Amino acid sequence: MSAAVTSPASAPVRRRRRPHGPGSARGRAAASGWLFLAPMLVILGLFLVVPVLMALWVSMSDWTGRGSPLSSDVSFVGVENYRSLLLGGGLATQDFGTAMRNNAYYVLLVVPLQTALALFLATMVNRRALRGRGFFRTAFYFPSVTSSVAITVLWLFLFSASGTINAILARLSISGPNWFNDPRGVLHLLLGAAGLDTAPESLAQHGFLGIPLWEWLAGPSVAMSALILLAIFTTSGTFMLLFLAALQAISSEVEEAAVMDGATAWQRFRRVTLPMLRPTVFTVVTLGLIGTWQVFDQIYTGTQGGPAKTTITPAYLSYSAAFQNNQWGRGAAIAFVLFAIIVLLTVLQRLVLRERDTVPRRKRFYRTPAAPPAALAGTAGTAPAAGAPGTGTASPTEGDHR
Amino acid sequence: MSATTALPAPARPGAPAPRARRSNRRVVATSFTYAVLVVLAVLYVYPFLIQVATSFKTDAEAAQNAVSLIPQTWSTAAYERLFLRSDFPLWFRNSVIVTVVVTLGRVFINSLAGYALARLRFRGRGLVFAGLVAVMAVPNVVLLIPKFLVIKQVGIYNSFAGLIVPLLADAAGIFIMKNFFESIPPSVEEAARLDGAGTFRVFWSVVLPMARPAVVTLVILSFQGSWNELSHFIVASQDPDLVTLTKGVAQLASGQLSQGTQYPLKLAAAAIMTVPVAVLFFVFQKRIMNQSAGAVKE
Repeated sequence: MSAAVTSPASAPVRRRRRPHGPGSARGRAAASGWLFLAPMLVILGLFLVVPVLMALWVSMSDWTGRGSPLSSDVSFVGVENYRSLLLGGGLATQDFGTAMRNNAYYVLLVVPLQTALALFLATMVNRRALRGRGFFRTAFYFPSVTSSVAITVLWLFLFSASGTINAILARLSISGPNWFNDPRGVLHLLLGAAGLDTAPESLAQHGFLGIPLWEWLAGPSVAMSALILLAIFTTSGTFMLLFLAALQAISSEVEEAAVMDGATAWQRFRRVTLPMLRPTVFTVVTLGLIGTWQVFDQIYTGTQGGPAKTTITPAYLSYSAAFQNNQWGRGAAIAFVLFAIIVLLTVLQRLVLRERDTVPRRKRFYRTPAAPPAALAGTAGTAPAAGAPGTGTASPTEGDHR
Repeated sequence: MSATTALPAPARPGAPAPRARRSNRRVVATSFTYAVLVVLAVLYVYPFLIQVATSFKTDAEAAQNAVSLIPQTWSTAAYERLFLRSDFPLWFRNSVIVTVVVTLGRVFINSLAGYALARLRFRGRGLVFAGLVAVMAVPNVVLLIPKFLVIKQVGIYNSFAGLIVPLLADAAGIFIMKNFFESIPPSVEEAARLDGAGTFRVFWSVVLPMARPAVVTLVILSFQGSWNELSHFIVASQDPDLVTLTKGVAQLASGQLSQGTQYPLKLAAAAIMTVPVAVLFFVFQKRIMNQSAGAVKE
C-alpha cells in the first residue's frame, strides 16, 4: 500500500509545495519515518500483535502453563477448547453460560442506563444560565477519574450488610438485602412476588450453553445489581463529557431557528438536538458495549465471581481459568469468544444505526417542502412565543458564557 | 453565568400579563432544575465524603454508624497501620515509579509516532496507520493471557520492565498526537528545515514545543491510565516487591491479606490512592473538562 492511497486530502498539495525533489529527501524522510515509528512498532507489535497470535495458538493447544507454550510437548487440539466451552455441556459450558448470562444482563442494564443518564446530565449542565455549572460537572465527572479498584472498595463498604445503603434503607423502614452475598436473581424475585416460584416444565428442561432457560431468566443477581449501579456511577461522567462536547458543537442558530418556529423545549430536544447527537450516541453506545463486555477489575477486587457464581463474567472466567486453574487453552478460548462478541456487536450496532439514519432523512426530505415551519411546530398549537423559554433552557439571544 | 443572563428574553411592551406568567413558570422550572441537580450532585459526592469520614472511624463505629459524615471518635489507626505496619508505602512507591516512567515514555514514543504518521511521507505509512486502527479494536481483557505469555517469553516477568514496557505505547495517544501535529502549519517546519535542521531536530525543538496542549492531554491520560491500571499488573508479575497500589489494595479488599472487614483500613487505602489523580484532576480540570476524548473506564 503506497502512502498516497491513505494520505489525507491535503497531502498532495503540501507535497507539491515542498521544495525538495522526490529523490534524496524522500529517502531521508522514509528512513526517519521508520525510525520514528520504531519504538511504537516494537512495543505494540511485541505486546499486542504477537500476543494475539500466541494466544490463538494456545487456545487451540493443550498447554497447561508449564514451560513454553511453543515447546514440542504441547500439542495441537484444534477447536476442542472451543467445543467444550460452547457445546460440551459439562462444567466448563455451564460456567461459561453462567458468565454469559451475568454479563448479558450487565450489558443490557448498564449500556442504556449510562447512556441516558449521561445525556441527561449533559443537557442539565449545558445550560448557559446555570449557576455552579463547574461544580456540577466536576461532581459528576469525578468518579470517572478515580481508579476502579478504589471505587470498588468504596462500593463494598457502601453495600455491605451493615453499610451505608442498608443503614439509609433502614431509616426508611426497608430492610435491605445482604447485597454482595445475595445470589438471587432480580427477575426471579419479581416472578416470585407474582407467585411464580418454580420453573415451568418447558423452561426447566430446555437450555442454552449448559444452563436451563429458567436460569437465563434469573436476571442479574442482587450482588450483580450493586455492580451495575457501580458501573453507571463511574461511567456516566465520562460519557457526559462526550455529550457535552457534542452539545456545544451544535450551532445556536439551529436552536434559534427551532425557537422561532415555536418548538417547545421538549420538541427542540426531541427533533433538533437528539438527531444532531446521533453520532455521539453511536460512540457512547459502542464504547459502552466494548467496556461492559470486559468487566474485570470490579470482579477481581470485589466479589471474585461469588455469590454462587452470579457475578462471574467471561473476562474474569478467562483470567481464573488460565491463571488459577491452569486451563490456559480454555482461558484463551474464552477470550477469543469474547473478542468475537464485541466485534459482532459493534458491527451490528453500526449497521442498525446506519439503517435508522437514512429513514428519517428521507422523511424529512419529503415533508419539509409541504409545510416548512409547521413540521417543527407540530403539536405545539400555541403561539410561537409561548414555548420559547420553556423549562428554563437558555434562550439563544443570551451571550455565550462558556 | 451571571444572574442577569438568567432573566427571560426581551420584554415586549403591551404584553405584561403573559410575561409575568412566563417568568413565574420560569422560576418554578429553574428551581426544579436546581433541585434535581443538587440531589444528583449529593448522590455523586456523598460516597467520597463517606469514604474519607469512615477512614477516620474505628472498626466498630464504621459498622454501627455507616451514614454519619463525622466520626464520633476520631481515629487515625487505619492510616498508622497503613503507613507504619504494612506494605502500603512500598506499593505507593512502585506505583509512582511505574506511572512516572510510563507517562514520560508514552509522551515521547507516542509523539514520535504521531509526528511520523502526520508529517513524514514514506511508503508503508498507510499500512502502519491501518494496523494501528485494527490494533485499537482489540479489547484489553482479551490480551490478559497473551500478554502474560509474551512477557514470560521475553524474560521480563517479575521485573519493573515487565510492568512498564508493555504500557509505553498506546494507539489512542498516538492518534491524539497525530491529530494535533496535523493542525500545525507545515511552513513552520520548512523554515527550520531550510536552516539545516534534521528531521529529529525539527521535531524535538520546533514542533514538539508547539504541541504543548496535546502533550499535557497525553500526560493527564497516561498518568491517570497507568496509575489506575490493574489487569496488566496482575499478569505481569507476582513478586511481592513489585505490587502496585491497585493490585495491593485489590488484594487487601478481597481479603487475601487480612481477616475481617476492616473497612476504615480499606477505605483509607482507597482514599490515599485517589489523591494523586484527584490532584491532577483539580489542577488540570479545565483541560480535562474540555477534552472530549477521555479514557473510558469500565
